[in-house]
Order: sequence, then C-alpha cells, then structure tokens
Amino acid sequence: MATTLAARIVPIPSSGLRLVERNFLVYRRSWLVFVSGFFEPVFYLLSIGVGVAALVGDFTLAGGTVVSYTAFVAPAMLASSAMNGAIFDSTYNIFFKMKYLHLYDAILATPMRPWNVATGEITWALLRGACYSAAFIVVMLVMGLIDSWWALLALPVSVLIAFAFAAAGMALTTFMRSWQDFEFVQVSIMPMFLFSATFYPVETYPTAVQWIVEATPLYQGVALIRALTTGSVGWHLLIHVAYLAAMGGIGLYVASRRLGRLLLK
Amino acid sequence: MSLAWDNGVRQFDYWAKVYQRTWKGSLISSFLVPLLYLAAMGVGLGTFVDGSGTNALGGVSYLQFLAPGLLAATGLQIAVSEATYPVMGGIKWHKTYFSMIATPLRSADVMYGQLGFIAFRVVSSCAVFLGVIALFGGLGSPLGLLGLPIALLVGMAVAAPVCAAATRLETDAGFAMIFRFGVLPMSLFSGAFFPVSQLPDAVEWLAYVAPLWHGVELTRDLSLGTFSLLPAIINVAYLLLWFAVGTRLAVTGLEKRLIS
Repeated sequence: MATTLAARIVPIPSSGLRLVERNFLVYRRSWLVFVSGFFEPVFYLLSIGVGVAALVGDFTLAGGTVVSYTAFVAPAMLASSAMNGAIFDSTYNIFFKMKYLHLYDAILATPMRPWNVATGEITWALLRGACYSAAFIVVMLVMGLIDSWWALLALPVSVLIAFAFAAAGMALTTFMRSWQDFEFVQVSIMPMFLFSATFYPVETYPTAVQWIVEATPLYQGVALIRALTTGSVGWHLLIHVAYLAAMGGIGLYVASRRLGRLLLK
Repeated sequence: MSLAWDNGVRQFDYWAKVYQRTWKGSLISSFLVPLLYLAAMGVGLGTFVDGSGTNALGGVSYLQFLAPGLLAATGLQIAVSEATYPVMGGIKWHKTYFSMIATPLRSADVMYGQLGFIAFRVVSSCAVFLGVIALFGGLGSPLGLLGLPIALLVGMAVAAPVCAAATRLETDAGFAMIFRFGVLPMSLFSGAFFPVSQLPDAVEWLAYVAPLWHGVELTRDLSLGTFSLLPAIINVAYLLLWFAVGTRLAVTGLEKRLIS
C-alpha cells in the first residue's frame, strides 16, 4: 500500500520510452499510412534506377569499381528516404503536436522532462525509419544490388542518418513560427535530394560546387551507404560517421534546451 | 447556364482574393521543385544519358525528351495538391463552403469555382515553368509551347476526380494514399522519365490507363514534332472524359456533403 502511494507522489524516473509507446498506440490506428511509407523509395528506385538505367549504362566509381546504374542509385535512395522520413517526423509532426495538440504541455505536466520528450520523439522516428530501411535493404538484396557483406552495416548507418536529420529537424522546428516557415525545410531538403550525388557522381560538378555538395549531410550519408553496399570500404568512412553523429548530438541538445525554454515558462 | 457561369465567376473571385495573400507560399512547390528536377535530371543526368551511346530515345537529347513530360507531371501535381486539402478544408476545417451555399450559390457553383481556381493555379505555374524550359533549351520546336493547354487538361482531368474523392473522404489520411499510390507512381512511370515501352507489359498497360501518360504523349509529340492527329484526338478525348466524369462526381459528392 505504502509503496504504491509513494510511486504516485514521488516522480518516478521516466524516460522517452513512454512517448514512444504513445506514438505506437496512435499509429496502430493508421497503420496503412505507416506501411505505405515503404513504397515511396521503392517507386523511385524502380523508375529512376531501373527505367532510366536502361538509358544510362554503367558507372565507374571513384575507387575504380564498375557498378550498374541501378546499384549506383539504390544506396542514394536508401539514404534519402532515411532523411525524408526523419525530417517529416521531426518537423511537421512535432510542430503540429507542439502548437495544435499541445501534447508536450500535457506531457511536461507529468514527471517527464524536455530531454525525455526530445529523446522519445527521436527514438520513435528512428524506429520507424529503421523499419523502412530494413525493408528497402531486403528489396536491394532481392534485386541483386548488394555486392558486399559490409551492406549489413547499411541498416545502422541509415538509422544514423535518420538520427542526424531527426535531431536537427526537431531543433529547427522549435524555431518555427508558422507553417510558412516550413518552406525553408523544403528549400533545403529538395536540392539535397536531387544534387547530393544521388543520381550521378559528385565528380560531374565543377570543383567549387563539389565542395558545397560534399559539405551537405545527405552527401555524407549517400557516400557512406554507397561505399558499404558496393564494398569499397576504408577508414575514411569514419569521417562521415563522425559528421552525422555530431550533427545528431548537437541537434538533440539544442532541441531539448529549446523545448524547455518554450514550454516551461 | 449563364447563372451557373455567373456564380462560378464569383467563386473564382473569392479564391483569387485568398491567393493574393498566400501565393508566396506556393512558389516553392509549384515552381522551384520542377525547376530543380529539370536541372538535376534533364541537365545533370542528361549528360550521362546522352553520352551513353544508347539510342532508346531515337536521337533526341534527354533534356528535350524529359522537359515536356515534366511539364505535364507538374500540371498533375499542382492540380492534385489544390484539389485535396483546400476542398476538405472547405467542408471540414474552415467550412467556407457552408457559408457559400447560404447565399444564392448552389453546391455546383461552389465546385465550379473551386475547379476554376485550380485551373488558374495550373496554368499560371506551368506557364512560368514552360518559360524556364524554353530558356534551358528543353523545347524541340516552338509548337512545344502548346504544352501549356495540355498541362492544364491533364491537371483538370485528375483534379476533378480527386475533388470527387475529397468530398467523400472523412479524414485526410486518404490523401496520403492518393499521393503515394496515385500521384507519385503516375509521375514516375507515365513515360516522363523514360519510355513506357521499357516497362513490363502488365505495368505498361497500367501506364496507358493513367491520365498522365496521355498528357505526356501530347506534350512530347508537340515539342518534338512527332505529332499525328488521330492518336492526339484519342488522347485529348480520354482526358476530357476523366474531367467530365470527375466533375459530375465532384458536384454530386459536394451536394450530398453540404446538404444532408
């Protein structure tokens, strides 16, 4: 008796997992939307990677490996879909929950803290992204687009990409004033999707443009996954990992600080 | 007829006023996105297609092959986005439609006005995009400028049935399905990016059923000068059929929803 009472009065140590559970319960009712998210990158892969591939021919990678155009595009689709899913979850969804549902106000009235909210939402985004990525990797395997056992690491790496974008997206969302501001999200995501060595090698661009492309986070992810699925692996890949991990870490810190400032007044 | 026309025009006036305040927000989706696609695919990827030595496009540059298709696909995408959330908003969230039919306007007038505004959005955005295509050298001949009315036709052929769906849907979750299983695959597999003859036979037939393919055929044939009359008439008639049936269903759907 005494223990149950104590558990009610004294704030129990909680974690973001409660929020993950809440999101899971909500999504159970719209599972079709969840499942259909898998098809988007697959459609792109089939159209560009198979249809347009017949017009393009094979590509020679920087390391000298020759790959089919489909095998060149597929890892980029995997990285892009990790980015897109994470951004969608961490921007539009978070903004809606924050401004319209006032969900976080309610959550912060419980023992949960802004840090729990930030980690909980991001964990959810990552779990969801991991499902899509795993399914996509299976599609790549079935289509014969994977040349190396290193591809096993493509799943954790897509989760890392999702982490970087989800955390940064959530941090930026805390600065948004209205839906109009989401134009900026579109303006940065769209060019990254199209120009981050997704559809053709970065060497195509003039040197100055190459530098700009290589500085973008999506390029880091594409280069990393492409190296893994084509089997041209080296220590330099750790630089990409460090870049994405730093982006995610900083994003997470800023997001939880800002949530605290916005909601606990 | 003249009454319906008059009432439709009044509706259009309303939407135009709303758009005066919100047009900046539509610049990116309706203009920048197709432009970036044109640059990335037409120009960037185009250098690889043109340099690969395959002759699947019959000697046409990839940019000139792609651009008319992208124009038609852009018409489709703008039309669908204007036929989904705004229509549901008029019924569910802002409820503007209800105040409209409290005036002498009928449900049909409300729908005609909405479709009229969608037409305006498609034409204005596609006109700008067509100008950019011309500057990039994406047109095979000046006849390609006739792609504008075709893009409008494609847009309306799809907008009308999507409006019909929007009047019948309870939540916006259905829109995600329309985008993921309708608009996206149609954009990717209707011959805009590569000839549909490369598709497996069963899928190729699906492409012929999709309205966008007929629009892509028309815009491309006009631009490249491979135009011939009889297939063109069939394509136009097919798109008009979609528009007519869709409009009918949209009007009845709205009527049921507003007056019940």
